[in-house]
Formats: sequence, C-alpha cells, structure tokens
Amino acid sequence: MIDYEAIMLTIITASTPLLLAAIGELVVERSGVLNLGLEGMMVMGAVAGFAMAQVTGSAWLGVLMAMFAGVAMSLLFAFLTQTLVTNQVATGLSITLLGLGLSGLIGSGFVGVPGVKLESVSIPVLSDLSYVGTLVFGQDPLVYISIILVIGVSYTLKRTRTGLIIRAVGQNHNSAHALGYSVIKVRYACIAFGGMTSGLAGAYLSLVYTPQWIENMTAGRGWIALALVVFSTWLPGRLAAGAYLFGGVWILGLYAQGMGVPIPSQLLSSLPYVATIIALILISTNRRLSVINTPASLGQGFVPDR
Amino acid sequence: MRKFFGVAAVVLIALALTVVLYNIYNEDVSTTDDKLKVGFIYIGPPGDHGWTYQHDQGRKALEESLGSKVDTVFVENVPESQDAERTITRLAREGAGLIFTTSFGYMEPTIKVAEKFPEVKFEHATGYMQADNVSTYSARFYEGRYVIGQIAAKMSKTGTAGYIGSFPIPEVVRGINSFLLGAQSVNPDFKLKVVWVNSWFDPGKEADAAKVLISQGADVITQHTDSTGPVQVAEEQGVFAFGQASDMSAFAPKALLTSIVNNWGDYYIDRTQAVMDGTWESGDTFGGMSANMVNMADFINMPADVKAMAEKTTAAITSGDLHPFSGPIYKQDGSLAVDAGEVLDIGTMLGMNWYVKGVDDQL
Repeated sequence: MIDYEAIMLTIITASTPLLLAAIGELVVERSGVLNLGLEGMMVMGAVAGFAMAQVTGSAWLGVLMAMFAGVAMSLLFAFLTQTLVTNQVATGLSITLLGLGLSGLIGSGFVGVPGVKLESVSIPVLSDLSYVGTLVFGQDPLVYISIILVIGVSYTLKRTRTGLIIRAVGQNHNSAHALGYSVIKVRYACIAFGGMTSGLAGAYLSLVYTPQWIENMTAGRGWIALALVVFSTWLPGRLAAGAYLFGGVWILGLYAQGMGVPIPSQLLSSLPYVATIIALILISTNRRLSVINTPASLGQGFVPDR
Repeated sequence: MRKFFGVAAVVLIALALTVVLYNIYNEDVSTTDDKLKVGFIYIGPPGDHGWTYQHDQGRKALEESLGSKVDTVFVENVPESQDAERTITRLAREGAGLIFTTSFGYMEPTIKVAEKFPEVKFEHATGYMQADNVSTYSARFYEGRYVIGQIAAKMSKTGTAGYIGSFPIPEVVRGINSFLLGAQSVNPDFKLKVVWVNSWFDPGKEADAAKVLISQGADVITQHTDSTGPVQVAEEQGVFAFGQASDMSAFAPKALLTSIVNNWGDYYIDRTQAVMDGTWESGDTFGGMSANMVNMADFINMPADVKAMAEKTTAAITSGDLHPFSGPIYKQDGSLAVDAGEVLDIGTMLGMNWYVKGVDDQL
C-alpha cells in the first residue's frame, strides 16, 4: 500500500520554504545584488512570526509580522550595501550571523512553547477528491502564495516594464543610471521584496512545517535556497522545478529507508546535494545557458557620479 | 553626511557583534574564590526541550541543592570541533574545578584539555575514553525504550511502529533493539521501520521522517532525535508518539503516550559533592531506572490495562527483576545472540552494531 498523495504532500511541505526564500533572492540577484543574509532573514521571520502568533493567537498576524521582520533585516542590508556601499558578501554574512544571534535572544522566552498552526485551506467537495483532492485544493495558504509568487515574478521579469528596469539595473547599472533610472531605489525595492519572501519562508517553518520556535530552526535552508537560485540560472520556472526536485529527492530518500531499501542512509541523505551538483554540471556545460541570464553587475556596488 | 553614515554603520555593526557574542557566550563568568566553580558544555540550546534541556535541569538541581557552595556556568551551542577544545580550555583556565562535557563528540577534546589541567576534574557524557581526571557517565535509556516498545505493541492497530534515528551508533541501535524486544514481548510479529535523518536536531527533517513513516503504515512514532517535530506530526495525523529525553506532552496532548526522561540532577550533585569532599575518583557510570537516571513520564492516553502493564514493567526493570536484553535474543539474520536464561554482556551492549530479528532496515 503506497500512499502517493501523502508522499506528494510531504514533498511540497519540504520544498515550499526553499522556494519562498529563493524566489525573493532571485529578484534581488536579478537587480545585481548578492544577499547572503538569507538564512538570517529567514530565522528572524521564523521567530517574529512565532512570537506574534503566540501573543495574539492569530497565525495570520504572525505571517504578517514575519514578513515585516524579514523586510526590516533586508533594509538593514540595503542601507549598508546600497547607501554606504559596503562589501555585499561580508555584509550578507554578518546579516546571517546577526539574525541567528538576535533571533535566539528574542525567542528565548518562546522556546518549548507549543505554537499556533496556520490552518490549511480546504475547499468543500473538491478537497475530498481522491488522489488529487488534498494535493490541489487542500494545502496550506503559503503553498498557494509561493506558487502565485513564482508566476508573478516570472511574468513581471519577462513581460513588464518594471521587470525590464530590474533586469537593466542588474545587467549594467551604469547604463541604467545614464538612462535616468535610480539604481539605488530599484535595488532597495528588490532587496525589500527578498526580505519579505525570506520572512515568509521563516513563517512557513515556525507556523506550518513544525509549529514551534527552536533556535537555529532554519538549519541551513537559507544556504540551500541560495544555491537553488544559481541552479535555476535565474529563471523562476526552473527555480520552482529545482526546489521541488530537491524536496522530492530528499523525501524519497527517507521513503526508501522506510521501505527497507538496502542503501546506506548517509548516501540517501546526500542524494539531494548530489542531484544539485549534477544539475549544475549539466547547466554549466551549456555555456550559453549559464551566461545568458547571469546578471552582469551581480555583487558590484554602485556609486552614482554626481 | 558620509561621515555620519560611516559612524552609524560602525555603531550598527558593533551592536550586531555584541548581540551575537552575547548569545554565544552568555555565561556568567563572575566567581568567588571559596566556591567550587562547575562548568557545563552543551551541544544545543538549553531550550531545545530535549537532550540539552535535561542537562540544564540537572545543572539547576545542582544549584538548588549546593547553591551556597558552588557556582555553575554553562556554554551552549558548542560545536563538536576545535571550538569544543577551546571552550573547555577557557572554562578550565577561568578556574572551573569540575567540568561536565555533555555530548559524545566532546570526547577527544575533553581528554586533550584534561592532560593540560591535571588539577581539574572532567566528566564526559556517553563516551568511552577515561583518564585519571576524566570520568565517563551515561544512562541506560534502553530500559525506557523497552517499556515504550511494550506500550507501542499494545496500542498499535497496524502492528508497525516507525523509529526516527539520528546516527547509526551503538547507543541508538541499542535503543532500537530494546524497543523492538519490548514490543515483541507483547506481539511477536510486531514490525519496526527505521528512518535515519543523520542529524541530532533538525525539526523539519525529523517531521518529514515522521510523515514518511506514517504514510508507510506506522501508527506509533518514536524517535532518537532531539526536537519536538515528530510528536507534533503524530498529533496532527492522529497517531501515537513517545517523547524523547524530556516530557514532551505539551506538544502533543492527544498523541503522546509517555516520555523517557533523562534525569542527571542526582548524578551531578553526587559528583560535585565528591569533588568538594576530595573523594572524587575517575570511573564509569552507566545508570538506569534503579539509579534514578532514567525516569518515565506519566502514562497518558492509554487504557488502564496498558498503563498497568507499563507500570509493572517499569517497576520490574527498576528492581532488577527484568533485563531488556534477556535471552533468547535472535539477530536479524536469525542467528542466536543471547542464549535463553542469559543476559547480554555489557561490552556487547555498549558496542552494539547489529539489529535483532524483526527490524525492517539494514545497518
């Protein structure tokens, strides 16, 4: 007896926080900024969301608070890297360290307290359909939000003027500046968007995945999300595929263990990473594919000439 | 203006660093000379509600009991690496007279530092390397696992339990075997599925493993990992679960049957008293229910007859009438590991690297 629907549901829960964090970072990187503070923003979102939900009893207020916390952290990053033009790699790393430390401090009063869970939506009749019912119509709201975000980002980047400006700023900030676009403002906005989705990813961990607050509960997911952005060659569709592939390989690894498949568990645990490396190799062998979408100004600071 | 921003940035970064450093080293370093300073090194945060939480409860019990004569300090989140050696050295240099290092991976760092500080006493949890000033201690958690195995077999409808393992080390394998032996003493056909998550602490992965096991037909979940992730999944999906290391009933009020609770307080008080009396000697302690190092939390969410059985088994193990590894025990391949009427020797138990018959997994 194999319960396919349960497996698919588990895969989606495992993939969604990665997807949420990565889709924001994709926009940030498209605008030419490398924010390595993903983990720090996520963990701040997790603690802020949990605390708010715990105090008010409303998971939705928690989600809002998590987004707010993510944005606050990202604006600190934006201020340092855009206004003060500090090194983006160093600043991003310190945002991660700051987030991990600060969240531990804020969350110390919330450790070991059972949390509030964000309820799944359930459309009557439709979610009772066999095989696909719960899968399509009975997920938690953040899963739908993550999918809407992917489609929205994809459409915006490809088809709208806003997307064109973001891409121009990321490709060549000097030209964009010469054309009259405010590079700094565009980047501020993109960084804040990235902070918001990272906060959402954090909220997913502390309000849906395992409704509780534990220090370091992101457990490195921010770094995996960062890798996924490169893996996707900065394309939202591929990003979603990559996130689900990663989650899928991970869950199937656990599943194979439960079935008693005689493969060492350590090997199964490393499978998602192996799959990512193989995919990266395949992408990089096609030079055109790997270069065409890479934002040319990625990670470079911009100082407008006055 | 630029200058102002520059100053602001320096202040912000300094603030950030302070917070981070505060969090890493938030121990109390003040000490007075007449008190014995006792140090603790933790692998996780005291708020993990599991392994480290119980060690911290032990530290608090020590403070409560000998508070006027001892000062305790602890360092949390110490990785099992060079950092461990550095942190232990720092505690020793700051005048700690007794240091408890509470994770397996601190074994070699503890031994190394102990060589440099022969006057300081060290106590290493769950390891096997000793020295003149290094003792080892651990608890017989497997005794509790035998009890929960029996409960699982009584409560399961599918006859299958799911076991979330951290790393395939003897300590964990011993727990799996003991659990299944307990279950088989009730239902000889009981099945056990095992999933390894290769981590002591990752709430998300542990929860995933629980979901996978439930989807494969397990209706009782037990874990040898430290977070409360799995019991929450059990609560949500309406299956039963057991708490690990500390009482986790607050996280799964309907699903939790009981928890195996590690109780280090008595041991910490004894050993600290021994250092103060000058009677401390290096040794190895492997205490179980009889030494009050392993306790069972309340038996809840089960019928009276199951509860009575669990209480009876607990009492029998505590009094020594029952040993979980009593023969006949068969290995997975069917060969006889322990003859009828005999009890598994302690050496084999400590180095256990084989499954008993009925485990649906390969080591």
